[in-house]
Parts: sequence; C-alpha cells; structure tokens
Amino acid sequence: MSTAASRRRTPRDLRPSTVIATIALLAASAVVLLPIAIIVLTAFKPVAEVNAYPPSLLPDTWTLDNLKTVTSELPFMRLVGNSFVFAGGVTVCALVFDSLAAYALARIDFAGRRLLLVAIIATLMIPFQATLIPLYQLVADLGWVNTYAGLIAPRAADAFGIFFLRQFFLALPRDIDAAARMDGAGEFRIFRSIVLPNAVPALLTLGLFTFVNNWNDLLWPLVFTTDADMGTITSGLTLLTGPSGIVPHGVMMAGSLIAILPLVIAFLFIQRRFIENIATTGLK
Amino acid sequence: MQHPPARRYRPPAPLGGRRRAQDGSMRRSAKAFGFLAPALIVLGLFVIWPMFSALRLSFTDASGFGEPEWVGLENYAEVFTDPDLLKAVTNTALYTVLFTPTAVLAALGLALLLNSPHLPFRGFFRTALFVPFVVSFAVAAFAWSYLIDPHVGLLNYWLRGMGIQLGNVLQDPQLAMPAVAFVAVWKLFGFYFVIFLAGLQDIPASLYEAARMDGAGPLSRLRHVTLPLLSNTMAFVLVFAMIAALQAFDQIYVMTGGGPYGSTQTLVMEIYESGFRKLELGFASALSYVLLIATLLLSLVQFAFFGRKEKDLA
Repeated sequence: MSTAASRRRTPRDLRPSTVIATIALLAASAVVLLPIAIIVLTAFKPVAEVNAYPPSLLPDTWTLDNLKTVTSELPFMRLVGNSFVFAGGVTVCALVFDSLAAYALARIDFAGRRLLLVAIIATLMIPFQATLIPLYQLVADLGWVNTYAGLIAPRAADAFGIFFLRQFFLALPRDIDAAARMDGAGEFRIFRSIVLPNAVPALLTLGLFTFVNNWNDLLWPLVFTTDADMGTITSGLTLLTGPSGIVPHGVMMAGSLIAILPLVIAFLFIQRRFIENIATTGLK
Repeated sequence: MQHPPARRYRPPAPLGGRRRAQDGSMRRSAKAFGFLAPALIVLGLFVIWPMFSALRLSFTDASGFGEPEWVGLENYAEVFTDPDLLKAVTNTALYTVLFTPTAVLAALGLALLLNSPHLPFRGFFRTALFVPFVVSFAVAAFAWSYLIDPHVGLLNYWLRGMGIQLGNVLQDPQLAMPAVAFVAVWKLFGFYFVIFLAGLQDIPASLYEAARMDGAGPLSRLRHVTLPLLSNTMAFVLVFAMIAALQAFDQIYVMTGGGPYGSTQTLVMEIYESGFRKLELGFASALSYVLLIATLLLSLVQFAFFGRKEKDLA
C-alpha cells in the first residue's frame, strides 16, 4: 500500500513510533518463524547435536541422515503421494462442483434460489467433527474404507467454496454474457467459456485454500485410513510419535520438513494475491 | 459497493399465455438444478444425512456390536454428569477462553503495527506472520514440542537463561492446556491478522485527516476512529476464532494425547476416543451434538453478519 511512500522515505521520516513498530514486528516475526527455523535446521543436524546440551540453533555439521531415516521408517513416498491424491482430488472436485453450483446461484434466475442459498450457507454451521461417526459408517457401508474415493468424496463439494465463488460470479458484469446469449449460447457454454475464464483469480485462491486445508488435515485421514499405506503424510507422521514409537527429534523434523515444503513453496509463489483474497473472504 | 444484478424483464403473461411463462421458468429451474445437482448430492449425502444420523445415534446405546437400543436422553445425562465427560466440556471452554482473546488481540495488535506509516519491510512482515497458517497443526505440534522439551528444548534453555523455569510443560497439568492453546494461537493468528489488515484498509484516510485537524493524537485516533470502525471485523474474527477453538483436536492429539490426567481432553478428543477407540458410538454422538449446538449458536451470530452483507450484495 505504501511501498511507494517507503521508497520515498528520507531519514527525517524515521519517527520514534515507526522505529518501535519495526522493532516490535521484528521480534514478533522472530518468534513466529522460530519453529520453522527449528524444523529446517534440526532436519540437517546429526543425532548427537540434536540431543546435545546446551542446545543450539545452527548445526555444526550438516547431514542428510535424518532425511534418510524418515524415508525408511515410513512408506514415505507412498504417504506423500497419497497426500497429493487426497488434497489434489478434493481440490479438483470441489472447484468443479462448487463453481457449477455457484454459477446457478449467481446467474440463473430460478424459483427458490434464495432459499437454496440460505440452506447451503446453513450447512456451514455443521462442524465436520460432529458428523464424523455417521460419516465413517456411511463410507464403510459404501465399501470405501481405505480407498481414495472414500477419502475424497465427502469433501467433493463444500458450502464455503460455493458461497465464495457465488460472490465472485455476482460481481462479474452481466453484459459480458448477454451477447453470447443473443447468439444462442447455452448456459453451460456461457459458464465454461465466459464466466470461468474471468474467475481464474478466485479459483486459484479457493484451490490453494482447499489444498492446504486437506493436505494439513489430521482427523479425517486418521479416522478413515486403518491401513497405514493409505494414510497421508500428515497422519503418517503422527504414527512416529506416541506410545508405539519414540522417534528421535531430528527424524521428526526431517519428516515435518518434507510435509510442509510443498505448501510453503506454493504459498511463497502466490502469497501476495493469496493473502489479499483470503483477507477479504466473506467480508466484502 | 455492488449494483444489484438486474432482474430479467418478464412481460406480464397475456391471457391464455400463462402456461408458456410457466414453461420458461420450469426450464430455467431444470437448468439450474442441472448445475446444482453434483454439489447438492455431495452436501446432502455427506453433510446433512450424517447430521441427522448422529442425532438418531445419540439416543441409542450403539456400540458397533449388536442391535443398538433406544436409551432416550441417557447419553446426554451422562455427558453432563459423568465427571470425565463433563471435564471434556469444561476443558473445551477453558481452551476457548485461553485461545480466543490471545489470538485475536495478537492479530489486532500486529495488524495495527503493520499499518503504521513509513514502515520498512512491510511485505516481509506480512508474509512471515502469515506463514504458520499454511503449516499443519500436527507439524506445528512436533516443532513446539521439541522447542519446549525439558531436556534438549532450545526455547526452554533460552528461557532458563532469562530466569524462567518452564519445567516439563506437557507433563504439567497446570501448563499443558496453555501450551496447546498457544500452539493454536501461533498457527491461526495470521489468518485473523490479514482479515484485520483488510478491515484497516477499508477505513477512509479522510477520517484520520479530519481527526488530526481536530487535534486528536495517535491514541485518541485509535480509540475514536480505528477501533469503532473495526468493530464489524472484530465481531467476525471473534466468532471465527471461537468456532475454531471448539473444534480443537490435532495439536492436542500429537502433543499430550489429552493428558496429563485428562487436563487437555477436549470435546473432539473425547469424540475421537469414545467413538473410534472405545466404540461407544451413542455417547460419542451425544458429545457430537453438544459440539454441534455450541457451534450452531455461535454461527447464528455470524450468520446474522453474513446475512447483512448479503443484503448489501444481492
């Protein structure tokens, strides 16, 4: 917002309040980034240093041993692959189904539209955790336990995504599709070749948001996959802790590093737009 | 902000032409439902049906074995009389009280700081403070557990250097709950922070100018301009944070498993344990409904807020 202003900054503008704000934000950032730093740095520390007293932040010698150990402790590539299939599958399905529904709610004038919108928003009030038991039973009855279909299907559409995209579609000017309608284009063609291409920023934001939430989810894959080979990287890592296995901190941090890397990289690439879109979600 | 979408002009139906108009509206409805069908099937099957199913289960002694029998309100009576289950309810309330104000005030304070004029590294600060939001609760829990480890934890060591003795935090019934709540603050405050930033940007600069003309100092501008104009954003964030707090599970499962001595056993931890470890599906469903109703009450507040925004838009 004021990057231009800060470039024009002269030393005279360095008021005490700005200096205090900068120091406070530097301190807050250090605290916030400390766990990330500890993950990255510990992942490359030899075991002796990880358990040394006094502890230190930086490794003296760097090693790949922890990464090697964690990939042999777990069916690691399989879990990472499962995470991509689960989070990616949910994201693709949800983007398709949510945008279709949002199009009807935003751009087709039909009886009961308002009521349906209210009903869909109302499902936002149902916490996922509260429906967990019947949901598990339902998926089990369908014979889908330990399958990708069972992992993905319950999340293939969600009310938040529908609402988010509807708001975006409403804001697109109506006259862009009037001409196409005049030419006799059907609703689906207008949706596919006019509305969707104009909604790419919203789709990207919702897509990353959905991907992150599902990649990071613990409860659903934990409950749902009784077969260790069908877990995600997030649920698989928790198998390393707990009563069954006390795993060295270095190995845990190496596993954590692999688990957060894809998301952090994706986020850093589109962080500016992502933060802005997330910030205005539901508020504007 | 938005112009209401123009309603398509519908000529009054001529005498005897009623049927045709109805056909048109029928056709539009059919088309709309074609677009809506996939999402409605998913929501109906995997959200709404399980919700009613959980209600039915909560009145039975379903256990995964044998025919479930109807037990009326017994499970609910148990939730509010059994000390263990009651503890899950009070623990969840305690967690909510520890988490919500801390996360919201941290987010607000940092957003106000980031909004100060001529601030250097603004983009860096914003990204750094938001990064935890893309890190999973599970990974956050691993990292913080290591940092506060009583033997080799770096944070524990540094704090000891400053004369603060934390001890074995996760084995301490007094400190375990604040610790897991703190991890949630770390993970989630960045989300509330960027919502506050967006709210701050919507406050017109002219209001600050006017306040300055009237001789208002920075603190007075904060009290009389910024905070009142942020009240809507504040309400939204508060409800969001409270709902998140009611659903606490991941980091607790990893860090303490509900212990020590059940001091971090929350509602969702209890649902998981009774539903999937002990297979007491009836009890677990009654607990689910306690969670559902608490969330519902909070959401109604939020819904009123959404509803008002809706009227602005549609």
